[in-house]
Amino acid sequence: MTDFNLTKPKIMGLDRRVFFKVLGATGLALAIGKKTSAITARKSEVEFNGILYDATRCVGCRTCEYECAKAHELPTPKDEVEAVRKTDETCNTVVNTFQTSKGEVHAKRQCMHCNEPACCAACLTQAMHKNETGAVTWNGDKCMGCRYCMVSCPYDIPKFEFLKTNPKIQKCDMCFDRQKGGEKPTCVTNCPNDALMFGKRRDLIKEARRRIYEKPESYVDHIYGEREVGGTGWLYLSPVPFEELGMNINLQQSSYPALTKGFLYSVPSVDLLLPPLLLGIYAATKNNHSKDEEDE
Amino acid sequence: MKKMNNSVYPITKEKEIKFDWQFFFNELKPKGKWLTPFNIISIPIILLGVILIVIRYWKGLGSITNLTQEVPWGLWIGFDVVTGVAFAGGAYVVTFMVYILNMKNYHSIVRVTVLNGFLAYAFYTGALLLDLGRPWHVINPMIGNSFGASSVLFLVAWHFVLYMLAELIEFSPAIAEWLGSRRAHKILSGMTIGAVIFGITLSSLHQSGLGALYLMAKDKIHPLWYSEFIPVLFLVSSIFAGLSMVIFEGTISHKVFFNRMSEKNEKAQNGIIHGLSKICAVTMFAYLVLQFVVFIHGHNWEYINTPMGYWFLVEMFGFVMIPMMLFFYSYRTGNIFMIRLAAILTMIGVVMNRLNVTIIGFRWDAAVHYFPSWMEIVVTMAVIFTEIWIFRWVINRMPVLGDSPSWAKENK
Repeated sequence: MTDFNLTKPKIMGLDRRVFFKVLGATGLALAIGKKTSAITARKSEVEFNGILYDATRCVGCRTCEYECAKAHELPTPKDEVEAVRKTDETCNTVVNTFQTSKGEVHAKRQCMHCNEPACCAACLTQAMHKNETGAVTWNGDKCMGCRYCMVSCPYDIPKFEFLKTNPKIQKCDMCFDRQKGGEKPTCVTNCPNDALMFGKRRDLIKEARRRIYEKPESYVDHIYGEREVGGTGWLYLSPVPFEELGMNINLQQSSYPALTKGFLYSVPSVDLLLPPLLLGIYAATKNNHSKDEEDE
Repeated sequence: MKKMNNSVYPITKEKEIKFDWQFFFNELKPKGKWLTPFNIISIPIILLGVILIVIRYWKGLGSITNLTQEVPWGLWIGFDVVTGVAFAGGAYVVTFMVYILNMKNYHSIVRVTVLNGFLAYAFYTGALLLDLGRPWHVINPMIGNSFGASSVLFLVAWHFVLYMLAELIEFSPAIAEWLGSRRAHKILSGMTIGAVIFGITLSSLHQSGLGALYLMAKDKIHPLWYSEFIPVLFLVSSIFAGLSMVIFEGTISHKVFFNRMSEKNEKAQNGIIHGLSKICAVTMFAYLVLQFVVFIHGHNWEYINTPMGYWFLVEMFGFVMIPMMLFFYSYRTGNIFMIRLAAILTMIGVVMNRLNVTIIGFRWDAAVHYFPSWMEIVVTMAVIFTEIWIFRWVINRMPVLGDSPSWAKENK
């Protein structure tokens, strides 16, 4: 980039031919420059943002639900609700109350923003996309509404507007637009009791470990989301075993897209190797063919 | 012929002049009686289906389907697409036998099988459009910057589209013979073997790909039907599913379209069914062994003594093992009736298997089960009936079951 600025005053006094030469060289330099920067970006591992949810701090006030609905222009949640709900096409997050071995404990639910999301691997149009910030977002200009993301998601998170002519997929987008503007997600900003903490995922894991270490009697020794399905953007701390909060603890530790890897890798080899094999068999049996015809 | 060969360029022009529009429009009209039992049943269902489809696009998918957030794929995917495509597997098996292995005895069923396969794909991908929430974006994975190459569905979509093209090319000589365009016939016939090789490759991948679609639904499908081998099981079962369909369809066509069949082909029919029964028996045996290995490998004994376990046993013994034994037995004794019975049992078994993966075993542990609404069933029936209408239309006009015109045989 700086090269371009330096050469700019010079070319003013040059003839066209030299101007184009310089232009070409600059273009090349820019292209190469871009390539190198891409490589460095890949080398330094991308640090995803995440959110740490601490169930010992959550009081179940559901402020995050209201703020989330406001920020995403969804209907305001009802005040009176049953204890255990699921997210749906009209709400991206819910806070449920569970009667556990340690009394009433709350648990927030929303998209987990997996490190390797099944929905993104499933999407055949890249409408579901894992952004560099770590947010998994949905792009309506690409989505064709096949709902394969819903089939694939281990947490049943993408929700489809079944009763709309122009249906959308609804899910938590970790306030991607706010993040781009340097702000924290709205649920984090508005949590009155510091139950939510936004930051780099790596830092959040350190913080979670610190909390468990400092108050081992308040927490179970497990950070939900650290390893589940290959790691998730949302991390959970809980005073009770996670199954008591209705969390699925049987999910595999490795990533979900890895489940289809074997099949996907076999596709190019089959596509390339089967035709020559078939052609070979065809050529081998062709002689019979002409012989048979002579017989007839 | 000579005139055509002399002129290099004006092929298309000449064809245009020669093209007999009068003949073409006459052919478009229906032939034969109107008030047949089939028509009386199918016409109201198709009309009702059209109304339901209008409602579906107007009010959204939820207005006529019982789909939920937990079960986003129902009858239209599980039956129309996944099961329908398995039954269309006959086309790639038969073209493999006839064109690649050069088993000439089976030549008389190639066209009808390919036609069947092509229509199945055309209609079932058509049914897929009904199921898409945003069908106006269906072209996205085919064009531009939206390649979701890491998606199994992306591969399945591409393999579907290309395979339909391959099947159309395989069938196109029959269209050329119908329209009497000799030049086109020559060109299209020359493309057959390429299309066949291409088609078999694509088939093997999308038949297995339909199973691979469900690999990421690991925690949602009953363990007796979920394993990392779903793609292989789907591929192997598509062989005998397709061939059973060929036997079944052959039996029906034999009765309904006997006036369109040449004497030679009619005589060959029983021999063909006899031969196919052996292939079915052997592939079903391989399939059973595979299922057994998967069962042992998955440590699935604990599920056997449950309702889903009994259902699994019904599928495996009642609709795979018994028809397999029937196929073996009737191959030995040459009992055509038994073969047909076995084919029907096999088809029921394949429907069961596909639905067990996609619907019955999907979220088997949920409190509320998905069951298709009557409207979903009517739309599915409307799709199938429309397909049969087109099939009948083609059979009654093009040389599919009968012999090609004499000029076509020299034209190679």
